[in-house]
Amino acid sequence: MTIEFETPKPIAQMQTMLQSVAENMMRSVSREFDENEHAIPWDYVEFMHTAMKAAGLGGGLTPGDDKPKEGAEKRPPIGYQRLAAQIEMLSWGDVGFYLITPGGGLGAAAVQAAGSPEQRIKFLARFNEDKPTYAAMCMTEAGAGSDTSAIRTRALLDEVAQEWVINGEKIFVTGGDKSFTEYEKLGKGFIVVWASIDPMAGRAGMRAFVVESGTKGVSIVKLEHKLGIRASDTAVISLVDARVPYDNVLGSATVEKTTTGFKGAMATFDATRPLVAASGLGVARAGLEFLKEKLTENGVTIRYGLPRNKLTSIERDVIDMEIQLRSAWLLVLKAVWMADNKKSNALESSMSKVRAGDVTSKITQKAVEIMGPLGYSREFLLEKWFRDAKITDIYEGTGQINRLVVARQILGYSGKELR
Amino acid sequence: MYSFEPNEEQQMLVDAVGKYAANDLHPAAHEAEESRELPKKLISKGWELGLLQASVPESFGGFGDRSAVTSALAVEEMASGDLAGALAVMTPSLFATPILLVGSEEQKKEYLPKIIEGEWRPYTAALIEYSFDFDANDLRTTAKLSGSDYVLNGEKAFVPFAKDSEALIVYANLDDQTQGFIVPKNTAGLSIADEREKLMGINALPLYRVKLDNVTVPAANRLGGAAGHSFELILASMQIASASAAVGVSKASLEYSMNYAKEREAFGVKIAQKQAIAFMLAEMATEIEAMRLLVWEAAWMLDNGKEEAVKQAYLAVTGAADMAMMVTDRGVQILGGHGYIREHPVEMYMRNGRGFAMLTGLAIV
Ligand SMILES: Cc1cc2nc3c(=O)[nH]c(=O)nc-3n(C[C@H](O)[C@H](O)[C@H](O)COP(=O)(O)OP(=O)(O)OC[C@H]3O[C@@H](n4cnc5c(N)ncnc54)[C@H](O)[C@@H]3O)c2cc1C
Ligand SMILES: Cc1cc2nc3c(=O)[nH]c(=O)nc-3n(C[C@H](O)[C@H](O)[C@H](O)COP(=O)(O)OP(=O)(O)OC[C@H]3O[C@@H](n4cnc5c(N)ncnc54)[C@H](O)[C@@H]3O)c2cc1C
Repeated sequence: MTIEFETPKPIAQMQTMLQSVAENMMRSVSREFDENEHAIPWDYVEFMHTAMKAAGLGGGLTPGDDKPKEGAEKRPPIGYQRLAAQIEMLSWGDVGFYLITPGGGLGAAAVQAAGSPEQRIKFLARFNEDKPTYAAMCMTEAGAGSDTSAIRTRALLDEVAQEWVINGEKIFVTGGDKSFTEYEKLGKGFIVVWASIDPMAGRAGMRAFVVESGTKGVSIVKLEHKLGIRASDTAVISLVDARVPYDNVLGSATVEKTTTGFKGAMATFDATRPLVAASGLGVARAGLEFLKEKLTENGVTIRYGLPRNKLTSIERDVIDMEIQLRSAWLLVLKAVWMADNKKSNALESSMSKVRAGDVTSKITQKAVEIMGPLGYSREFLLEKWFRDAKITDIYEGTGQINRLVVARQILGYSGKELR
Repeated sequence: MYSFEPNEEQQMLVDAVGKYAANDLHPAAHEAEESRELPKKLISKGWELGLLQASVPESFGGFGDRSAVTSALAVEEMASGDLAGALAVMTPSLFATPILLVGSEEQKKEYLPKIIEGEWRPYTAALIEYSFDFDANDLRTTAKLSGSDYVLNGEKAFVPFAKDSEALIVYANLDDQTQGFIVPKNTAGLSIADEREKLMGINALPLYRVKLDNVTVPAANRLGGAAGHSFELILASMQIASASAAVGVSKASLEYSMNYAKEREAFGVKIAQKQAIAFMLAEMATEIEAMRLLVWEAAWMLDNGKEEAVKQAYLAVTGAADMAMMVTDRGVQILGGHGYIREHPVEMYMRNGRGFAMLTGLAIV
């Protein structure tokens, strides 16, 4: 091992390619889909599906690594690093669009993390088919957000039919509509629903269930209207006596004394938090680059290298923004590098999310401020990025929850000792 | 490739420096700060770790190659023990490293073996000037060519060990460029204040005001020889060192306040169990790690001859200085009233932490 900061070639090439996708297929229609919430940018969806299939990424954006060529020297894996770079670039284009990039998303990630090898094959093969296909993850409920152990959704086993019967209501399901509603242009998706199989068992009783699109008793109650990321659908999903096959439970069907069910969810978070951070930082970079372009157009240069007390206020702000952005990106890189190298990264994952949640908002907020009336105008995308940015500090664990994770890790505290 | 783990050699060095920082520098820090005196033995022991020696090639008496990344790791570790002590141990680098970086062959041959061999001896450098708008790229001290000599005029501040130094590099403005000049001790016109500088922090480190009144040195004493040198790399190396030291001091403050918070009880629980404290600790740890990585990247860029290194080093020191202020302030806050009392080191970390924004020039990687 060593300390190195050279962007691997395959990642650099991929970034160049995705940048042109971002410019041509996202930025050009970004505003349109911000103003027409719930409209689906089919051009992007179908283009990405075809392009990703051609590139061997049919499963969607996953950390899957290229197969090494016969006889080629074995290289260290960079799957998560590449994924973070992809997400950053797509989010630089439009984070709402990124969130509806076809593929398994968080739903498939849950199957990956908590499912058996058979289940992985059974549920994940579909993303490689002809039509773009989605999966979503349903954890949050009206009464259970940060505190996931408070979920009320119940799954009871019908011993005779060998089916699970699920009741409850899930909110804020990203991609819930595209995963569950049967669209002609889309393949058959699924949602992963977290429910308790034993309310008395607390976290040990929590399980995830694969619920296929079109399952009876499941319905999309509404799609939320949001501050930002409007190209991404956020669904409320109700489950009334919804029946799913016995084998659709991820992990063990019985309650042991352990908390493996819950750990499955947490393992997913360790993997996805730096990716959400990467997404936010893509938005932040978009904002900062726009600001610098406009400043240059207006004859304002940033005099790097001057002592702080000789800089103008704008120069100080821009320099601070660059420091924030780059250092946050390095935290992301370290977290995904650890994931690639099978190092436990709960601390680094949450650090990257804490920092990205902060700086994504700070950078876009400051950029709007510096641009004055231009920043506030809908003529430019900057105000949209400001709105899009805020979600980074909320989903996949709020800034506060991730601070708790970091604090527990460094203090060696349990959830009981620091809540 | 990206990679975030020191190699074996670097890790061994970090471990050795870490031991010295924890077992020698840290326990001596309070007494040294109060008495404004660093035990000679303490400095010698640090010198014997061979940080500088390991970055000078064999041909000049050392046993390795310079790596800004390796040095950055070492500086952080050493500064986490005690900033003043660390700066003292590394003072000869202020003279040797610029010569190693941009010096002429003659300068390398003349000075490097002498410095490397044997005991720690104060060779130093004078960059900082005593004005609120001090700018290393726009110095008030001037150098003028006069025949085959350079004539230096001006005043330098905060020069470590100037009183006892064998020779020092004086940075001066030559035709709007910062250039270094080697000035041996006892050169006519060079006067070093009798009184040491009195600063808010790093009081154990002897710092002096230095006056240059028509100090004349031969053209060969211009750093890099007659053609001179680029100052960019030297400044970037100083900024990286300063940023690494900021990370080290911040780490010390975090560790101390975190341990305190795990012991101290209020309202029936350890204060670390209160989110108001735990969140501060989480943010401190996150910021420290963020700036550490920024510094590493700058150092890596420097080692690999990347153009962006200069800007990145500037960003690193700017960010790390802010971070150090935030972290060391919170270190005091977490100890409450006890943080304000000098028996605990956190108030010293806070005083030291404030310095990084203006003290580039006291260390170099
Ligand atoms: C656009 C969008 C998309 C989403 N997508 C999904 C999805 O696909 N699947 C899914 O399951 N969920 C999704 N979520 C839900 C998201 O993960 C939750 O909103 C988030 O976890 C916070 O939960 P909450 O909204 O109930 O807030 P609460 O948990 O009610 O939090 C309110 C405030 O209290 C703070 N807080 C809570 N607990 C603590 C504590 N212990 N200490 C200190 N402060 C605390 C929080 O940080 C926050 O500031 C999505 C949300 C949004 C807005
Ligand atoms: C120079 C000086 C002069 C003083 N003069 C006087 C005087 O004349 N008379 C006198 O009686 N006292 C005096 N004090 C004491 C002063 O009021 C206390 O230091 C102060 O109340 C804090 O108490 P502490 O130092 O024990 O910190 P602690 O109570 O141990 O607090 C340590 C840290 O934990 C935090 N903390 C504590 N409880 C909680 C909580 N429930 N939630 C979140 N965070 C918490 C604190 O904010 C602090 O950051 C003086 C102190 C100083 C330094």
